[in-house]
Amino acid sequence: MISYDDILAWVRRFAVTVAENKSYLTDLDSAIGDADHGINMDRGFTAVIDKLDGPDGLGGPDVGVVLRTVGTTLISKVGGASGPLYGMFFMGMGGAVAGKEALTLEEFATAYEAGLGGVLRIGKAEPGDKTMVDALIPARDALRAAIADGAAVGDAMARMADGAEQGMLATVPLVARKGRASYLGERSAGHQDPGATSSHLLLRSAAEVWAGR
Amino acid sequence: MKKLINSPDSVVDDALAGVVAAHGDLVRVIEPNVVVRADAPRAGKVGVISGGGSGHEPMHGGFVGMGMLDAACPGAVFTSPVPDQMLAATKAVDGGAGVLHIVKNYTGDIMNFELAAEMARAEGIDVTSVVIADDVAVKDSLYTAGRRGVGGTVLAEKIVGAAAEAGADLATVTALCQKVQDNVRSMGMALTSCTVPAAGKPTFELGDDEMEIGIGIHGEPGRTRMKITSAAEVTSMLATPILDDLPFVAGDKVLAFVNGMGGTPLIELYVIFAELKKILDGRGITIARNLVGSYITSLEMAGCSITLLRLDDELTKYWDAPVLTPGLRWGL
Repeated sequence: MISYDDILAWVRRFAVTVAENKSYLTDLDSAIGDADHGINMDRGFTAVIDKLDGPDGLGGPDVGVVLRTVGTTLISKVGGASGPLYGMFFMGMGGAVAGKEALTLEEFATAYEAGLGGVLRIGKAEPGDKTMVDALIPARDALRAAIADGAAVGDAMARMADGAEQGMLATVPLVARKGRASYLGERSAGHQDPGATSSHLLLRSAAEVWAGR
Repeated sequence: MKKLINSPDSVVDDALAGVVAAHGDLVRVIEPNVVVRADAPRAGKVGVISGGGSGHEPMHGGFVGMGMLDAACPGAVFTSPVPDQMLAATKAVDGGAGVLHIVKNYTGDIMNFELAAEMARAEGIDVTSVVIADDVAVKDSLYTAGRRGVGGTVLAEKIVGAAAEAGADLATVTALCQKVQDNVRSMGMALTSCTVPAAGKPTFELGDDEMEIGIGIHGEPGRTRMKITSAAEVTSMLATPILDDLPFVAGDKVLAFVNGMGGTPLIELYVIFAELKKILDGRGITIARNLVGSYITSLEMAGCSITLLRLDDELTKYWDAPVLTPGLRWGL
């Protein structure tokens, strides 16, 4: 099971990871975008942590509330493209598991699918467009395969993160068809997509905090 | 990085404080960072709002006032604002006749405005949106995010704002904004890069003797990078793709807008305007109205953009209508 505290630990680990990789993400973005991805993600997750630690609290151990709070905070604080995209991802996840104190791996997969659906709905990207979707979809497929194999949580998340990493690396030769990178046309090839990179870090963070489970 | 700022994190807030201090008779600032016309909402008047990343001043906040925008939502520098801002703006200016969102075509702006429009509609406010996408430097195809919204936005905000001021209803104001979009084309160039305060270093590298033709207002790459040449040749390189795209033809009357990117002096913009006049004369196109100055900027970038809007009597009438904003004022 993935507990309420596990979900909080994941979000907190990702916030730290984003802060550590702020310059890296921004440098990737300066090559093919507008040089603000790390800055925006860090601003967003700093606000998320402030919210989680804030005086209002989250009103009890509800995984859905935590994830929805992350989503609404990102939408309210980030702007740019990453605010709505990551915001809809977490809101989608949270909406799918409202009222639950803990998640089975299958329930986590259901929530992930809903989060991915939120990203696809607002961003309208397709696989191969050189976006975060190119990391999120292989991760989803790896998670499904892990569940089919009866994998434990830690193993499943490691396989999910590996799937995201492979998808991220596969964005390098792609020509961007969405977002600011698409203005570059052929010149966007040869660069790793910053959104796919942050998506890999998101899932790698889960694999790290849930390792051995 | 040398900038007149207190800190990169506070630059937008500090600038908004200055706007209110200077123009408190025309605008006020409400939470969360929305510039609102001082007398909004006006009962029965369609509200017109826009927004986008900061760093393009006077657009959009400088265009809030009588005869133009009812509210503007400034995001962080070069980063689209958040839906909470557009929702607050929409509610603050809704006089019961609905609200038009004028959105520049950038991935982030589109998504954030879309979420805001959904929220506003859920609260019972009639919201329409028009996307401005006038930059001919970008190939308009299924394989890109589409053309960027640039100089045509300024003209749309003026013309549409005048129609709303005159009492046009939401459907009419929306159709008029789309008409501006359908008849306006732009292209820009850069002599230097610009530096986003939070990034601290230039957005792109450009050699001392180089220029970028087709630059975007956030330093997005253009069509070509080449050695600097004369103003006459630069004007031709910008005007020709614009003219050929719509296309503009002999007999057309146009509004010619020569815009500075933030770091180019007015004297150079007039040199460009003179060259533009020669080119349009040569094609039998009449400059019926003009605008010369820095109205949609890219921080301290040196360079210019040219925007041409094909005019008819309706567009001309609303362009000429009185306007009183921090950034544009005439006819009073």
